[in-house]
This record gives sequence, C-alpha cells and structure tokens, in this order.
Amino acid sequence: MTVGTKSAQDVNSLVQEVVGRHGATAEALVPILSDINQEFGYLPSETMAALSQTLRVPKSQLFSVASFYEMLSTKPRGRHVIQFCESAPCHVVGGRQVWQTLQDELGLETGETSEDGKWTLLTSSCLGICGVGPVIIVDDDIYGNVAPDGVPEILARYA
Amino acid sequence: MKPIRSLVLVSSDPESIGRGAQEVHRRLQRAIEAADLENEVVVSMVGDVGRHDALPMVIIYPEATIYGPVTPENVPFLVEEHLVERRIAAGLEASTRELSGRIAWLSARRGTLPAEQRIVLARAGLIDPENVEDYIVHDGYEALAKALTEMTPAEVINEIGKSGLKGRGGAGFPTGMKWRFVSQTDDYPKYIICNADESEPGTFKDRLILEGDPHSVIEAMAIAGYAVGANEGYIYIRGEYVLAQERLATAISQARQMGFLGETIFGSDFSFDIHIHAGAGAYICGEETALIESIEGKRGEPRSRPPYPTTHGLWGKPSVVNNVETIVNVPPIIQHGAAWYRRFGTSNSPGTKVYTILGNVNVTGLIEVPMGITLREVIAIYGKGMQDGASLKLAQTGGSSGSIVPASLQDTPLDFDSYARAGVSLGSGALLICNEDTCVVDLAKVSLNFFKRESCGKCTPCRVGTQRAYQILTAISEGVGTQQDLDDLQMLSENLTEFSHCGLGQTASVPIRDVFRHFRAEVDAHVQLKVCPAGACPMSGQLAKAA
Ligand SMILES: Cc1cc2nc3c(=O)[nH]c(=O)nc-3n(C[C@H](O)[C@H](O)[C@H](O)COP(=O)(O)O)c2cc1C
Ligand code: FES
Repeated sequence: MTVGTKSAQDVNSLVQEVVGRHGATAEALVPILSDINQEFGYLPSETMAALSQTLRVPKSQLFSVASFYEMLSTKPRGRHVIQFCESAPCHVVGGRQVWQTLQDELGLETGETSEDGKWTLLTSSCLGICGVGPVIIVDDDIYGNVAPDGVPEILARYA
Repeated sequence: MKPIRSLVLVSSDPESIGRGAQEVHRRLQRAIEAADLENEVVVSMVGDVGRHDALPMVIIYPEATIYGPVTPENVPFLVEEHLVERRIAAGLEASTRELSGRIAWLSARRGTLPAEQRIVLARAGLIDPENVEDYIVHDGYEALAKALTEMTPAEVINEIGKSGLKGRGGAGFPTGMKWRFVSQTDDYPKYIICNADESEPGTFKDRLILEGDPHSVIEAMAIAGYAVGANEGYIYIRGEYVLAQERLATAISQARQMGFLGETIFGSDFSFDIHIHAGAGAYICGEETALIESIEGKRGEPRSRPPYPTTHGLWGKPSVVNNVETIVNVPPIIQHGAAWYRRFGTSNSPGTKVYTILGNVNVTGLIEVPMGITLREVIAIYGKGMQDGASLKLAQTGGSSGSIVPASLQDTPLDFDSYARAGVSLGSGALLICNEDTCVVDLAKVSLNFFKRESCGKCTPCRVGTQRAYQILTAISEGVGTQQDLDDLQMLSENLTEFSHCGLGQTASVPIRDVFRHFRAEVDAHVQLKVCPAGACPMSGQLAKAA
C-alpha cells in the first residue's frame, strides 16, 4: 500500500490504531515503527509526523531510532525486495558467484531500487537459514541452496 | 488426556513453508478427519527439524518414519498407507543416506552415535510446540513446581552454581554467579531478560529451541525470576524470527491460563509474567546493554560497562541477561540436580553444547553434543566427512566473532577452557567448515564486511577501523596490497581490540589476528607474489573501490 492512496485522516487513524495496540510507552516505540513499516513497506514521513504528535516525541528522534534498525526504512522500496545473505557461511558455499549473477541480472548495486520501481536489492547479514546456503529472500519467500544459474528462474516468478 | 496412537509432525521452517508445508498440514488434518482418526492421531507443525534436504518433511511417531519431500498431492496416499493400513507409504520416504547425522536428535537414534546427548533440545521436534499439555506430559513445569514448593531462592542459585553452567551467548560467564549478583541487590523491581536476538552468522540454534520448545524458555525464566526476586521478564527476540514469535506468544498465553505465569504460581506467593519484545534488525542489539537500550525504545547503542546490567540494567534496575540456550539448561538442572548435570561434558565446562555445522561438509545441520568433543569428530561423525573428499583447511567457530581455527587444532576439545588455552574461542556455536578452496584473505574480508555493516557507529575506533580494515583486505584480494597495508592492518587490529567501546569492535580484530597468526604465508603471497594460492580472490589489479 502506498501512502498516496490514503488520506491524511486514514494515515492518522492507522497510526492511532497501531499506538493503541502497543501503548504509548517508550518501550513500544520500536514495535510501533515495525508495524507501520510492515503496513507501507517503509515509514512515510506523513506517518512519522502523526506519530510524533501522538507520542509527543520529536520527529528527529523518531528518525534517529528508525535509521538505526535494518528492518525499518525511511525510503520507499521497490515492489519486490530482494535480500541476499553475504555472510561467511553462505559465501564459502558459492554465495559470491550468486551475488555476481544477481547484480548482473538486475543491473543494481546494494541498496538500489530499479527505475521502474520493481526491485530493491539489499544485502543482509546472516538470515538465520545458513543450513541451506547460499540464501536469497524475495519479499517473504525464501530460496536456499541457490546456484548462479537458478537466479533468472527465481526472478522470473515475480511480476 | 486422550490416548494418542500416532503423532504426525510437519516441518515448518521458513523453507518448508515456502514449499507448501502449510497446505500439507491442512490436507493431513482433512484426510485424518475423513479417515475418522482425529481422536487417535495428532498433527502438528514443528518448526525446523534440523534436516533440510527433503522439505517439507513429515515425521510420524512412534515409528519415527521420515517422509519427504511431501507435496499436498501425496497426502491422501500417505494417510491411507501409514495411518490406516499401518505400513510404510512406499516411495515417499526421505533418503536414508542423509538420515544419519542430520536428525541426530530423533528418539529412535538416541544413543546410537558415540557422543550424542540431548538436554537442551530434548523435546524440540518431539512435542507439539503449540500444545502445553504435550509439554507437561514430557516433564514440563516440573522443575518450576519443585523450585517453588521445595526450594528456597538461595537453594536454586546454589544448584545452578554447583552445576557449573556457563553462558552460551558467547562469553561463557558462570550463570550461577550472575544470578547471585542480581539476587544480592535490594533495588527493585528486577528483571529477567532472555537474549533471543541470535544474529551471529551461521547460528540458528536458539531459533530451533524457540520454535520447537517455547515453554521451556518460559519455565526457565520463571525459575530465574524466583531465584533472584524478579517478577517480570522480557524475551528480546530477533525481528526476523516470526514463527518463533508466534510460538512464544501462544505459549505465554497458555502458561497464563494454566497458572504457570501470573499471580501466586503453584500456590506460592511468587508472581511472574513475560513480555515479548521483537527487534528490528541490528546485530549489535544482541550485546546485552544495546539490547536493553533497544527495549527502552532507543537506538541500540551499547552502554559503558561497568556498571553492569546485574546492577544497572533495564530502566536502570538489576537485570539478569541470559542467552536462550543457557537458560533452557536450568529446568533440567533443577529437576535432576547439579550432580546429574555434571555427568555430561568436561569438569570445567559441564553439560552439552548445541552447534550448527556448515560449509564444505556432506551433511549440514544442528547437533547437541557434550562439551569436549573435537572438531575432527564433529566433521567425521555428524558432518559425514568433507564434501568431495576434500581436506579441511580451517574452521571458523562461533560466527564472525569466533576464531579462525587451522586444521592443526582439530583435535582440541571443543570446550571453553581447552579453546581458551589454545588461544581460540568457541563463540556462539557455529562451526563453519572450510576446505582448501577457501582463501583466508577472502574469509577475513567477508568477516570484516560484516563488522563494518553492523558497527553501530558510536565509537570511532570501531566505525573507522572496520571500514579501513575492509578496504585494505579488499585491496589485498585484488592484488594491489602493499607491505605498508599489512603493517596498517596489524595496527588497526590492535587498535580495534584495545580502544573499541564494546565487544563488536573488539572481536572485529579476531579474523585479522587469526589469519596473521596461522596463515601469514598465504597473506604474503597475495601481497608479494600477487597470487591467491586458493584461487578465490579476483587479483584483478583494479584499484580497491572505496566501500
Ligand atoms: C556484538 C555482540 C553481539 C552479541 N550477540 C548476542 C546474541 O545474539 N545472543 C546472545 O545470547 N548473546 C549475544 N552477545 C552476548 C551478550 O552480550 C551477553 O553476554 C549474553 O546474552 C549473556 O548471556 P549468557 O551469560 O547466557 O551467555 C553478544 C555480545 C556482543 C558483544
Ligand atoms: S550465513 Fe547466510 S543465512 Fe546464515
């Protein structure tokens, strides 16, 4: 969902609902941001403004916290987000070659989003599924034991 | 409780889910109902079964037959053959060659391997993790009952102290001593924090415990609370571990309903409750003071220590922080006693250790073995040998912050003391086994890349040091490294150890130090001869890209 399709009122009521779910306490901040991020795919500045008012926390502090955590994004991402594990256990079983293929296929570097807004390519530290490395996650789909020549097939699954 | 004839378990790690495990589960339920067996057969999703070659897998007890990969279309045949006709569903069995080792924990196999012993993972994969009754049938909450009704808090701490249990989160700190520190302060409230942030590359042992046996974590935390005088607990769990979060939430609400959490537990005057706090993706939040900052809604930047969390933890109050694997050792110790626990492992490192075996071995996966087994044994017995008959070059133990251990140390017992004496560290329990095709410069580069990206940036030695070290290693791997680079690297490594604010920066120097210590000639070949003996580095002579 993009923020464009929502009115300011909707954004506000969504923020209220998420805050209601977790409570307006300091320890709820990261869970609140996670939920909003989950809803939009990132943290639109409209939601940060609404949150700042509700929690009475300066926007700068919200951004400072949000920018710290990898699962939170202050920038819009592509329709599909690819996470590639670049840690050693995946690397030594062929991850290096898979990464090369992934970059070539997409023409993207780490952290970039394609011009058509389809893909965002991210590298990640261990994704916790190293038993089947090399590992790629596309959105919520996990691919293990990935070989370089399997990459185009994986990408072709996404519209 | 209903008499159950068969227990059907469906693997539901993320990969299995991706391959349709949920649909298999749904169809199993329907087929079992259709066969009128729902009163005799229990079907359950069990998380990661420790074996990943034929997912999704269906394991049926008591026979311990393993089927896989099972598709939704296979289900009617499987139910008809195995559960109705009571014979093996031919053609669906997972290959037996792979069976050895990966599912080292199957009850049918217990005791058949030389050093196999399960304490921490005794129930994982055997019980239905969403069913509290199943946990209770398997001795669940007995240790909590014993502690609350038969022991004083001091006796509980004594027993844990006598058991010799040491922290499994990386530092190996004695758990009994940590609890004693917290119990001795009279500042209230106190907190029990379970560290389930597990983000060390190559480590997924805690996830398996959380997904497979969530009640054991709850029971253990309640015992810890009773021992030190805390009434509230937090589980700080890695944000990506969604299934584990759901399992824990279910388990906590069940425990509340049954009165294992809440007020006056087991009729005592002890009350305890637990919150789940999910992280949002930051390795540094596994460091205990960063973790506490993160719960408090801040950036997860480590605090200066001392003071330690034992006196100034969450909200400035005394807090026990224990790793998942550490704390689930507690109920069995309370139930069977410290003397029983000391029968496993070595005298200085009693108990078992859970390891993940990864890299160039035939069988990867997860094992729980007594402390003191050697790397050679792990590779031969559980890894089923090196892939393609290659030879071992090195192992990286404990993820990026562990050590790079050369093959010459493969007979050193894997326990805290033997490893410390050999100048290496056990870390979190990941064993990355590498063959001769692995280049040490490349490995150090990948490890430094990890630290560079995970450095929280608060202190300069770590932020700049990891960046710079990564750049130099990249230059060396591209064949443009100089003698000066090597000297700089050496100095950077020393500075990281000495001046970094927290453990992240301090351990970032370890891969460099180990590579210099054990593989100096190979590094020199890159710089002086411009060759990568393992053939892994690009050596293209391009200028290193500033990262
Ligand atoms: C950079 C860094 C990351 C850490 N990550 C974890 C982790 O993911 N899980 C964990 O249990 N301990 C981790 N630790 C260790 C904790 O700070 C702490 O020592 C541990 O949770 C204590 O529990 P234990 O005594 O049961 O081992 C980390 C330490 C450092 C310096
Ligand atoms: S190292 Fe790649 S998923 Fe763990």
